[in-house]
Amino acid sequence: MPEWEKSSTARVIPPARPRKLAKVPFVELADGRLQGVVSSGSDIERVYVSSVAADSIYSFGCSTNNNRPCGGARGSFCNHIIALINEAVLQYGPERVARYLRVEVEDPTAQAITTAMLATRPSHLDTKAAASVFSRFLRHLAYLELAATTEPLPEMQWFPPTREVA
Amino acid sequence: MRADLLASKPDGLDEAIAAVDAFDQALVAGLVRPQPAQAAGLAHLAEAVAGTPLASRVAEATEKAAAGVAGEDHFVALAAARTALLGAAHDALLAQVHEATGRPASAAEAAQATGSEAARNLLTAARSWLSDLARVGWQGLDSDVVAGSAQVLSAMLPDPSLRRLAVLLDGFAAELAASCPGATMERFPARRWADLWSRALLLTLPGGLAPTAIENATGRLLPLGIDLQEHATAVQVQVHAVFEPADGTGSQSSGPRLVRASVSAPKPDTVLGAGLWQMLRPHMSLLTAVSEGRAMELTDMPLTAEGDLIWSDSRARRGDPADPFATARVVLPTAADAPTAPLGRHPARIAVPVFLEGYAVGKDNDTLTLTVAGHPLAVDADRIPVAGPLTPETIAASGACIGLLRWDDGAFRVQPLAVETTIKKKLVAIHAGAWAGGTTDKDGVKAEKAATEAIVVLVERAGRLLRK
Repeated sequence: MPEWEKSSTARVIPPARPRKLAKVPFVELADGRLQGVVSSGSDIERVYVSSVAADSIYSFGCSTNNNRPCGGARGSFCNHIIALINEAVLQYGPERVARYLRVEVEDPTAQAITTAMLATRPSHLDTKAAASVFSRFLRHLAYLELAATTEPLPEMQWFPPTREVA
Repeated sequence: MRADLLASKPDGLDEAIAAVDAFDQALVAGLVRPQPAQAAGLAHLAEAVAGTPLASRVAEATEKAAAGVAGEDHFVALAAARTALLGAAHDALLAQVHEATGRPASAAEAAQATGSEAARNLLTAARSWLSDLARVGWQGLDSDVVAGSAQVLSAMLPDPSLRRLAVLLDGFAAELAASCPGATMERFPARRWADLWSRALLLTLPGGLAPTAIENATGRLLPLGIDLQEHATAVQVQVHAVFEPADGTGSQSSGPRLVRASVSAPKPDTVLGAGLWQMLRPHMSLLTAVSEGRAMELTDMPLTAEGDLIWSDSRARRGDPADPFATARVVLPTAADAPTAPLGRHPARIAVPVFLEGYAVGKDNDTLTLTVAGHPLAVDADRIPVAGPLTPETIAASGACIGLLRWDDGAFRVQPLAVETTIKKKLVAIHAGAWAGGTTDKDGVKAEKAATEAIVVLVERAGRLLRK
């Protein structure tokens, strides 16, 4: 096998794992946060924009796409944030989520990661993240609307698939 | 195939790669305040192209970069030198491949057309971002530097004429973002990132994105197999096939030749597995033909000098059943390989269709090998798409294989596209891309259903939330 440092096709990011998107259509590890969007169970027009920062005090935020604060996120993680953590673990694997959030647990699972964060009694509300997370979600959705092309993209030779999972 | 001929190394290959590595190490640390080791790495690159027309420009660029005052033109010159060395490596390796396959290389050259200079501002912005990357180096990566690509990417992605560069930058930037901060990285994919960096930089130059000359192709297309490529936010499927021109068409020759048909699309990172086939299926009827084991009849289909068909469903119609293994046994040995455009030459671009049989299957550590003509060829099983019936286990039990011969880090490997194997005393063919056009396979149907659900959710969310 080629040496990673000297391979043109070294795999750098493990591929996301498939998961059901109905409840949490978007989750990502970016901008120093676990962040994403949770669809409201009662109103199809509404989504919650949720995030937890990898900042040792786990600053968190949750509000609707119309900037109304989530009632459940006063004082601690709401159910949206917990759903977000669960789905992030499905998509990226528990090790990667724990590493990104700098949560130290022996045997990472979604529950262990959540419990470890809650044990620090996170209380710092971060209301600034929502706008940028929501715009990143829209940008993510916009990929669906970009046209396919039949012109060759030779540089895709550098992006082989992999059968390994995260 | 004379696989034994692939065991030796072409003359000068190690020296060329050593010069590339020296430069790649300089990019790891960045060129803001170059240390003596980096200056030496740059000098190594300059020395390697000293006898070429690039010599004086690269010498000047090296001098400026070693002093920490390189500008964009200097970075371009360095990228050009690196590309030239890998281009030479590509040519030497391909000559070796042609000896091993015994197939005729195309006598034609794939001259690049001169393109329009559309979107000059975006190309300039991309070049400026790439220059910033070279200055900070991979060790100096932080999220601010990487975020510098976001705006130019959003503007580039919708423009089909810039798609090639946009998809490259998008995949590259995602890897850089996932690796921030660079200071905490223990090791760097130095060859890979320098490859992506220099390719992107050259594509920002006038004419860099210009296609090669195009002719119209009329004749029969006999598919060999399907190659899938993907990063988090893009997917491309390429059908490798033999094209048999109808009498009198084609300016080059009337003999059969190897061609590719490509279809690609940007995608959200949660569209995966069978979802990739679903995104592309509506845009190329050839995928269905491949899944059905059929040829297609082409009428005036644009074909580049590099052997790329620019697919249009209206110029293709369903043909007779055609077994890819029959094509591989009978027609492939006489088909001419397509040339690569001068700027496209790089060992990572080598993906030459080959047919192997009568091999012994073995294992070298964890890697599957097929020993052909006494030479064990490593199998690149990792490239086989997950949404398909071909697995490493099937390959281990196979007796014949259609594959792509590739080269990475000093060795040739074969990527299986399809194998023949015996199941319940019957000879069956199993194709990596069998599900591309749809499937009735039990696992395939399940994968399709899950993928459809994901896409339906995203489309619904997009319909409701975008443009508000």
